[in-house]
Amino acid sequence: MHELGVVFHVIDNIKEVAEEQGITHVEAVTLRLGTVSSVIPEYLEDCWKWAIGREPLMTDCRLAIEPVEAITYCEDCQTEYDTIAHGRTCPNCGSEHTYLLQGNEFVIKDITV
Amino acid sequence: MARVIELNKSITDSNDRDAQQLREELRRRGLFLINLMSSPGSGKTTLLSRTITDLKDDVGIAVLEADIESDVDAAHIESLGAVALQVHTDGMCHMDAGMTRRGLEGMDLTDIQLAFLENVGNLICPAEYDTGAHANVMLLSVPEGDDKPLKYPLMFSMVDALVITKTDTLEYFDFSIEKCAERVRRLNPGVQIFPVSAETGEGMDAWENWLKSHLE
Repeated sequence: MHELGVVFHVIDNIKEVAEEQGITHVEAVTLRLGTVSSVIPEYLEDCWKWAIGREPLMTDCRLAIEPVEAITYCEDCQTEYDTIAHGRTCPNCGSEHTYLLQGNEFVIKDITV
Repeated sequence: MARVIELNKSITDSNDRDAQQLREELRRRGLFLINLMSSPGSGKTTLLSRTITDLKDDVGIAVLEADIESDVDAAHIESLGAVALQVHTDGMCHMDAGMTRRGLEGMDLTDIQLAFLENVGNLICPAEYDTGAHANVMLLSVPEGDDKPLKYPLMFSMVDALVITKTDTLEYFDFSIEKCAERVRRLNPGVQIFPVSAETGEGMDAWENWLKSHLE
C-alpha cells in the first residue's frame, strides 16, 4: 500500500518540475532507492504502471530503479557494516550506538524528456 | 531529441514544504494540530472521547478522522461536543500534508483551538510523512507489549509524546512502563510519556495539561 502513496509523491514532484520547465512529456524516470527505505521495488513497479496511465504527461514512462546499499556506522568502534545482515547491533563490538549512513534514500535521480 | 535532467530530489521534498506552510498557516489562525498515530485498536476513540469531555468547556476541539477502517465514529465524537469529519484516504496508508489540508478545509473551524488528526492505523508509513501538525503523538496500549519500540524504531524516535493507554489492564499483561519508557528514551531522549487510563481517568490530567500548554 505504501508503494502507491510514494508513486503519487514521485509523480507530483515530476509534475512540478515539468510545469516549471515547460516539459510536455516524460519518457523515463530513474529513482535511487535505499534497500531499507521500506519500499519494495516490485510493488513499486506495479503501482507505477497503474498510476502513469492516469497522467498524460507520463504516458508509457519507463521506470528505472537504482538500489542503494544500506550501511550502518558504529560510534563505539568506528566501523561500518552491512545493515541488512546485522540490523542495529554492531557485529564487530556488540554496541547499539549505531546509526544508518545510507540506505533509506528515496530520491528522483533524473528524468528523460 | 531526448535529454536527461538531473533532479536528485528526495520524494518527500514537496510534501515537507507543503507541511511547513500548513503548520504556519494554522498557527496564525490560532489552531494547534496534533497528528495522532497508533496501531488499530490502541484506544484512540476512548482517549479522544475522554479528552473532549474533560476539555470541551475551555477548548474548541476538532477531530479529522482519516483511518481506512474508521474506528472513531464521527457522529459519536460530535455528540461529545467536538467538530468531526471523516475523510477518505482511498486506500492510502498514511496522511500527507495535502490530504490534511483538504480535510481541514472541509470543516467549520470557527472557535476551534485544538485539532486532532487521527492518522491511518499503522506504525510504519505515517512516520515518514509530515502532515503539517505541530506535534506528533503516538498511542501504545498496554496489551500491545512493551517491546513495540524495538520493532518500530522510526515511529518512536520521531514523536513528541507517547501516550501509554489502557493502564487499567497492567495487572493482566506482562508490560513494564519503566522498561518501555527506557526503550523509547534511548531512541528519543526528549519524548514526553503519559501513562493513562481513559477508562478510570488515571493519568489524564498530565496528558491534558500538556495539551493545554500548547494553546495560546
